[in-house]
Amino acid sequence: MSAAASFARRATLLAGFVFLYAPIVILAAMSFNASRLVSVWGGFSTKWYAALLDNEQLLQSAKISLAAAFVSATIATLLGLLAAVALARFGGFRTRLLFFGAVHAPLVLPEVVLGLALLTCFVALGVGRGFVTLVIGHVTLTMCFTTVAILAALRDCDPTLEEAAMDLGATPPEAFLRVALPRIAPAIVTAFLLAFTLSLDDLVIASFATGPGATTLPMRIYSQVRLGVSPQINAISTLLLALVAVALGLAAAVSYWRGRRK
Amino acid sequence: MSARRRLSLGQRLVIAAPYLWIAAFFLAPMLLVAKISVSQSVLARPPYRPIFQFSDSLAELWAKALDFTLDSYRALVSDTLYLESYLSSLTIAAVATLITLIVAFPFALAMARAPERLRPILIGLAVAPFWTSFLIRVYAWIALLKDEGLINNALMAVGLISAPLQMYATPGAVVVGIVYSYLPFMLLPIYAALERQDESLREAAADLGASPAQVFLRVTLPLSRESVIAGSLLVFIPAVGEFVIPDLLGGSETLMIGRTLWNDFFSNHDWPAASAAAIALVALLMVPLLLWERARLKEEGGR
Repeated sequence: MSAAASFARRATLLAGFVFLYAPIVILAAMSFNASRLVSVWGGFSTKWYAALLDNEQLLQSAKISLAAAFVSATIATLLGLLAAVALARFGGFRTRLLFFGAVHAPLVLPEVVLGLALLTCFVALGVGRGFVTLVIGHVTLTMCFTTVAILAALRDCDPTLEEAAMDLGATPPEAFLRVALPRIAPAIVTAFLLAFTLSLDDLVIASFATGPGATTLPMRIYSQVRLGVSPQINAISTLLLALVAVALGLAAAVSYWRGRRK
Repeated sequence: MSARRRLSLGQRLVIAAPYLWIAAFFLAPMLLVAKISVSQSVLARPPYRPIFQFSDSLAELWAKALDFTLDSYRALVSDTLYLESYLSSLTIAAVATLITLIVAFPFALAMARAPERLRPILIGLAVAPFWTSFLIRVYAWIALLKDEGLINNALMAVGLISAPLQMYATPGAVVVGIVYSYLPFMLLPIYAALERQDESLREAAADLGASPAQVFLRVTLPLSRESVIAGSLLVFIPAVGEFVIPDLLGGSETLMIGRTLWNDFFSNHDWPAASAAAIALVALLMVPLLLWERARLKEEGGR
């Protein structure tokens, strides 16, 4: 490759990564700014982090968000696994097209529409809104993502291996659990993490589906952001970003280590 | 499609849970929205009529099902707020998709042509922000775009401008937010397509006398067409119905349908109007998807 092309490639990469990372880095830097103003650097300070610890509402919301993300990601992963098995292994059963369409529809449906539909449904049924309806909303939102992730892995996994196990006397559930499941385990973990992050991050569905007493962290952040930029929001954002960075770093290290071992 | 068949009992048990969940919490609610969109708006809770009840007799159910009005849909067409919201959503989403493509393509190309051992690291770095909070990434742009924000301060410090540019609370800010938030959706498919391309094709073109620009326009670009279409749809479709980005970056002047719908529902409590807008939005998004699917099937059939 010519020197000019190599230079152009490096410049493009640099520009791309600056665009992706500069806003996040600036946001994190501002959380250590003693001044309340964005444009003035008032010296290094951790006072906004200290203020977070006193913010009961915010901490409570963080707990609710984590709990909802854990429960809904677990249910969504299980339902997604079942749906993926049905779509990948059951052939062309009746109403397959309806099932396929309905499983994938929330992928392209605007969140406001799904949220509106869920809320009207809860109101029509006379269900009080709170943690349970929040979880229902998030499972419905994330199930399509878990199904797609697991379905892709299951399609790559040769069904003749399961057939061979059944020829050797395994029942269909046994064949699935002992042959296919270990092979799609990484995809199941990915699906769970995807559902977990989507739930933790969701503002729109939560705003429709939840009720008083179960305000999520994104809802709390959103209502404060609407009042203007606040260093406390930067502080909690930085903590969340750090959490994701550590998790991604661990995942990268694990895959690197596994790659080396092979 | 293979022959349709009946499922065994075990298979039915497997499929029952996801099927019931989807029926109860997706299909039924969507039907309810469709029903509310043809109901009368009333000042009550819930604010629409008629309401189906378990105690209804069949005759009552039938009478209620027949009692519908197209008022909400008429309002969609006659109320300029809705029309403007739809048009503005489509325009903003289209402009943002185009800019995302212009940003993503060279970026993806640079990654695909990087030394092979670096590629997983580069793509990992490019996708990592996607795992962080969407809300926080949009919020980060407020501090950059505001009148007293960092971009304006920097431009004024170097003397390029004397008064702050108004960037925050404009449609342009929404476009920037969409490009930033949805970049990975465009980047990944294009990178995957470019990385798969056989290098010998480009070498052959160059050997036959094509200039680098010609190689790009006549070999690289046509071969990545499908991924460009897929990436564009992945950006365009969620962008049309976006709520968070226009609400945080767009100011009160920037109309987008997701936001109009939200306000109708939460502030005006006009459920029939919001439901009709939701149904119309779904219909609107189905058009590009069906066109894409048809083009794809045609291409597959032609092979």
